[in-house]
Amino acid sequence: MHIHKFEQFWIKLSFVLIAFFIATVVYGFVAMDLKVIGDHATIDPQNLEDTPFGNPGVREVTRNGQTEYEVYVQTIQFAFNPGTAQPIEVPVDTRVTFYVTSPDVLHGFDVAGTNLNTMAIPGQVAKFTTIFPEVREYGIVCNEYCGPAHHVMEGKIKVVPKSEFDISNLVE
Amino acid sequence: MTFLHKYPKAAKVAKANFIVAFIALAIGGLFGFVQALHRTNVFRGFINSGEYYTLLTGHGVLLALIFTTFFIAGLFVWGVTRSLDREPENLTFTWSWFWLMTIGLVMATVAILGGLVPDSSIRAAVLYTFYPPLQAHPMFYIGLALVLIGSWMAGADWFWSYRKWRADNPNERIPILTFMTLFTMLMWYVCTIGLALEVVGLLIPWSLGWVTEIEPLLPRTLFWFFGHAVVYFWLLPAYYVWYAILPKLSGGRLFSDSMTRIVFVIFLLLSTPVGYHHQYADAGISVGFKFYAMATTLLLLLPSLITLFTVVASMEHGARQRGGKGYLKWIGKLPWDSPAFVGCAFAGIMFAAGGFSGMINASMNINLLIHNTIWVPGHFHLTVGTAVALTFMAITYWLLPQLTGRKLKHKTLALIQPYAWFLGMTLMSNAMHRAGLAGVPRRTAEPEYMGFDFEPIFGTMAEMKWQIAIGGTILTISLILFLWVVVASWLAGEKSDKPVDDHIPEPLSGVEHTPAILDNMKLWFTLALVLVVLAYAFPLWEMVADGIFSPGALPRPS
Repeated sequence: MHIHKFEQFWIKLSFVLIAFFIATVVYGFVAMDLKVIGDHATIDPQNLEDTPFGNPGVREVTRNGQTEYEVYVQTIQFAFNPGTAQPIEVPVDTRVTFYVTSPDVLHGFDVAGTNLNTMAIPGQVAKFTTIFPEVREYGIVCNEYCGPAHHVMEGKIKVVPKSEFDISNLVE
Repeated sequence: MTFLHKYPKAAKVAKANFIVAFIALAIGGLFGFVQALHRTNVFRGFINSGEYYTLLTGHGVLLALIFTTFFIAGLFVWGVTRSLDREPENLTFTWSWFWLMTIGLVMATVAILGGLVPDSSIRAAVLYTFYPPLQAHPMFYIGLALVLIGSWMAGADWFWSYRKWRADNPNERIPILTFMTLFTMLMWYVCTIGLALEVVGLLIPWSLGWVTEIEPLLPRTLFWFFGHAVVYFWLLPAYYVWYAILPKLSGGRLFSDSMTRIVFVIFLLLSTPVGYHHQYADAGISVGFKFYAMATTLLLLLPSLITLFTVVASMEHGARQRGGKGYLKWIGKLPWDSPAFVGCAFAGIMFAAGGFSGMINASMNINLLIHNTIWVPGHFHLTVGTAVALTFMAITYWLLPQLTGRKLKHKTLALIQPYAWFLGMTLMSNAMHRAGLAGVPRRTAEPEYMGFDFEPIFGTMAEMKWQIAIGGTILTISLILFLWVVVASWLAGEKSDKPVDDHIPEPLSGVEHTPAILDNMKLWFTLALVLVVLAYAFPLWEMVADGIFSPGALPRPS
């Protein structure tokens, strides 16, 4: 087969580019802890009451001697519970693990302007961990179409200084 | 003599497909215009925000699924007939796939438009991805299934012609137009396995109430089994035009027959096992399989980069034939006054831009920054919305005279049209990308929230909003110009024996240099299936092992 020498060069360059992109993603994974959601657990979407999602909210846990927080969120047509009626309040510079699922239809859980972004799929539990580095408020957007009032579905995360974190809002 | 006079039966089939395609384009485009004004809050008087999603479904289904499929069918009928020098083998069969697809499209469209009738029980505001448990009327799913079956029959029709031709020409290489058609259809057969399983196996029985519960992740995964390859089903016919016809429109010849065939083989192999890259943010699929999908996705950059080289080299050759000189000065010698050329060239340029945002989308962890934001429609309005749609419109200016035996009318308007599309899309899509970086979601009637403001990284929210609204309006004007030129030429163009120069010259590096193994369809089809099994067998098994419909969710009205 005849391949022009410029074209041969171009093909080699293309492979280098592809390798570079894959390396970038792997570097993010390994060195910067930029992970994606994986296979965590399935759940019966019609019986969330008997699970931690039945009492959604922020919980305090101790892991490896550190105080961390777990947030159980239900996405429902057309609200985040918690998040919409009252903001999700978490302390700054602390590990926070989110568990998100949906009892009705597909929703999105996107902390606007960040890479905290997951689908909420009935039957599946999405799990991801983050550390909020600054005291501020973030908006949560449902970014998957979920029905005629999809556009009103929003919530809020309030990141507060550790000293101001109110543990009376925690759930058991 | 042009196509119409040599192959009057095939010309009629191709024209019928084009008529349906252009009607879908007109309605879908109109919906897009209303959406651009509604979403940006420039004008919300046409519809209320609940109805927005009915229009959005119509926009997606009519443009992404119907316009493309019918146009491609017409284009392939033209190419197969011409390159094999045979009319369709059995016209009853040919017309039956056309009418089956048309009946399916009408059913799906009626179900969607039912959403605009108050209190109608016939609704399908489920968008063109129709994720359950949101449920549409059964007519919607059945209609889509009929379109799918019709498209399979269309593919069978072209394979039938090929087999008959092969019997008469046992030692010939597959002509390039037919080669590209058959490989595109082989890829279509691989990827539509997922859609058929989803729609026929799960959604139709569920929408008819035969089963109540459905596991949302399984149909969603089957959809994306199909849902990324479908973009190559749209794109490969555009490549077909860029490889086979664009060099001629530039005044030259295709650079390399071998590279053309290699590119189509790679697309057949890699188009389907990439689907999880639409599910990077999904729970329930392990990171390893997502990584495999990312690697195959990024490998797909290779055939597109080769295409970039071959197409630009072919154009440069054409420009030099026309007297072009220098490293870059030859660009000025290209036929910038030919509507068909300009449309294809702009489509190619925009595809390069869309390719860059596509690399971000493909990069698993970077993707989370823009997943399901308006960045994504910004990306695919460059790829399917311009690379594909503008190529299809541009090549219509060259094909329509061959199919109707009439010269193109209003050449100036036809020339303005691709320039207007380029301008409108530049405005709309750059703003969509930047808004997506700020977190503005896609698929929403009112991207304004009470509790917080988006913080754009470049520019301001107001400026982006106006670029989307004005860009969308310019695109609508461009679309009206296109439809006007087509209707006027079709009905009142000057009749001629040779309404356009339809000769396609041989490639510079011809088929005699192309390894025969590239034409081995059984080999490549089998390998493609193996790659799909590697990607999908285990995750799908995990999803169905606990029961096909479990963990089950209840249906919700759309």
